[in-house]
Amino acid sequence: MDRFVFLTFDGLSRGAVYAAFALALVLIWRATRIVNFAQGAMAVATAYVGYSVSAATGSYWLGFVVAVLGGLALGAVTERVVMRFVDHSSHLNGVVVALGLVLVIQGVLGMIYGNEFRPAEAPFSRDAFTVGGIALLSRFDLFVFGAVFVVVALLAALFTRTSVGLRMRASAFAPDVSRLLGVNVGGMLTLGWALAAGVGSLAGMLVLPTELGLHPNAMDIVFVSSFTAAVVGGLDSTIGAVAGGLIVGLLLSYVSGYLGATVAPIAVLILLVVVLLGRPGGLFSRSAARAV
Amino acid sequence: MSVTLAPKVSAAPRLTRQARKHRHLLWTVAAAVLILALTYVLPPFRNYQLATVGAYLCVTAGLTVLTGLNGQLSLGHGALMATGAYTVAMVQEKLSGRGQWTLLVAVLAGIAVATLAGGIVGLAAARLRGPYLAGLTLAVAVVVPAVASTFDKTFNSDQGLSVYVDPPPLALGATFPYERWQAWLAWAGALITVFGLATLVSGRFGRSLRAVRDDEAAARIAGVNVARTQVLAFVVSAACAGLGGGLFAVLAQSVSPGAFPLSLSLFLVMAIVIGGLGRLAGAVWGAVLLVALPALTHSVTDSIDVSPAVAQRLEGNLPLALFGITLIIVMLAAPGGIASLRPRRRKA
Repeated sequence: MDRFVFLTFDGLSRGAVYAAFALALVLIWRATRIVNFAQGAMAVATAYVGYSVSAATGSYWLGFVVAVLGGLALGAVTERVVMRFVDHSSHLNGVVVALGLVLVIQGVLGMIYGNEFRPAEAPFSRDAFTVGGIALLSRFDLFVFGAVFVVVALLAALFTRTSVGLRMRASAFAPDVSRLLGVNVGGMLTLGWALAAGVGSLAGMLVLPTELGLHPNAMDIVFVSSFTAAVVGGLDSTIGAVAGGLIVGLLLSYVSGYLGATVAPIAVLILLVVVLLGRPGGLFSRSAARAV
Repeated sequence: MSVTLAPKVSAAPRLTRQARKHRHLLWTVAAAVLILALTYVLPPFRNYQLATVGAYLCVTAGLTVLTGLNGQLSLGHGALMATGAYTVAMVQEKLSGRGQWTLLVAVLAGIAVATLAGGIVGLAAARLRGPYLAGLTLAVAVVVPAVASTFDKTFNSDQGLSVYVDPPPLALGATFPYERWQAWLAWAGALITVFGLATLVSGRFGRSLRAVRDDEAAARIAGVNVARTQVLAFVVSAACAGLGGGLFAVLAQSVSPGAFPLSLSLFLVMAIVIGGLGRLAGAVWGAVLLVALPALTHSVTDSIDVSPAVAQRLEGNLPLALFGITLIIVMLAAPGGIASLRPRRRKA
C-alpha cells in the first residue's frame, strides 16, 4: 500500500510534465496541423543552453529562465525560417522536415557538448516527505506541480480571456477569414510556435533532473510518452492533453515500480496502439463524422 | 461545342509484362556483373563499404515502396531491421558450424520474423494516417533497447549477441578475401530484393499502391482493397528490412540495440527522400549516400588538425547535422513536396 501511494504521487508528478509537453504538441497541432516531432530535440537544446548558463553564473534560476526564453526564441525562429515554407499538400512533409530538424539539433548538440550524459541537477531536494511512514512527495515534485499548474492557467487565460488569444484561435480555426478581418495570421502562427516551444522547454527542464541527465537523445522517450499522452487525450484537446499526460504518467510509474523500469517504454507502445486502434480520436472524443 | 479528349494512349506501345520482366532481369544481370568486377578491383575496406551499401539497399528499396509508392511513412524500419538481425544471430548460434547453408536458413528466418512483425505493425498502420502513423512507428523504433533489456536472457541487453559467420567456401580458394565474400553476400540479397520489388511494383500491385497513395476514395471506387494494399505494402517492406538487418548482422558479426538507434530509422527516411521518392533508383542513391557521407566526414575530420576528443565528436555528429540540413533543404526546395520529387517519366 505504501508503495502504491508513493508510485501514485510519483506518477502524477511525471504525468504533470508529460501533460505540459503534450500541451505544447497540441498547441502546434491545432494551429498548423503539424505534429512537431522536433519538440523533444528543441527542448534538449534549450536545456543544454540553460545548464551552461547555470554552470557559468552559478545560478540555477538564471539558467532556467534562459532555457524557457530560449525555447520561445527557438520556436519562433523554427516557424519563421523553416516551418512556414513547408508545403502542406502532403501531411508527410511536415513530419519529414521536423525529423530533419531533429537530426540537425542532435548533431549540433553532440558536436558542442559530446554524447556523454551530463548531470542535470534539480533546484530542490528530490527526497520525499514522509507522512506517517509513507513517502509521498518531494520538494521538487511540488515545484513541478506548481510550474505546470501556472503554465496551464496562463495558457487558458491567454486563449480565453485576451484578444491575442482570440486572434490565435481564429487564425487556427479559419485562417482565410481571419486574414480578411485583419488578423496577422502569420504572426499568430509564429507566436503559437514560440509559446509551444517555450512550454516544451519548461517541461524539458522539469523532466531532465528525474531522468539520466542531459544527452542529445535524452528526450526521445519523453517525446514518445508525451505524444502518447496527446493522442490519449485527443490531439485537438488541451484538457485532453493534461488528462492524457496524467494517465501516461501514472501508467509509467506503476509499470516501472511493479514490473521494472525497462518495461515502461513497452507499456507506452502498447497504450498507444490500443488507443489508436480503439479510439483514434482520443479517449474523450465524441464520435466524429466519417472522414472520406 | 466539341470537346476533344486528350488521347490516353502513349505513342510507344506499352511493354508487356514479360518484356518488363526481361528488362528488369537484364538490369539485374548487368548490375551483378558490375558489382562482381568491382569486388575484384576494390581494396578490402572499400569492399566492406560496398557490402554495407548492399545491405542498406535492401532496406531503402523496401522503404521506397512503402513511403514513396504507397505514401505510408515509417519511422520504425530500424526496429524491423533489428528484428531480422537478432533472428539471424540466434539461428546462427543454434546451427553454427554445419556449413554455409545455415546462413541462408538464418537469413530466411530473419526475413520471416521481420515480415511477421511488419504484418502486425502494418495491420495497425492501415488504420492510421499521417502523424499518427509516424508517431506509432517512432514508438516502435524507440522501444528496441527497452525490449533488449527487458528480455535480457534472450537478447543480452545492451551488449547484444555475437553472430557466427562461416569463412568463405574453400572452393573459392584459401586466400579468398573475406570482405569480397561479404560484398557478394550483401549484393546477392540486394539484387534479388531490387529485382523482386521492381517486378512487383511494375504490375497490378504497383498500380494499386500508387492509386491508394494518390486518392484513397478513388482507389476504393476503382475496386482496390485499400486496407489490404496498405498492409501488404508494409509486409513487403518489412521483409526487405528484415533481410537488410540480417545482412547487417552478418557484416558486423554482432547485433546490439546500439546498432539500431532511432537515428538509423531517420537516416533511412532521409536516404529515400533525398535519393528521390517513388523510384527504386532513388533507393540506390540513398543507400550510397548512407555509406558515403559518414565516410566523407570521417576523412574531413581526419584531415583537419584537432584533438582526438574533438575529432571523435565531429565524426559521430557531423553526418547527423549534414543529413538533417540536406533533408530540410530538399523538402523545402521541392515546392510540391514529396509528390513533386517524382519525375514524370512517361508522357500520358
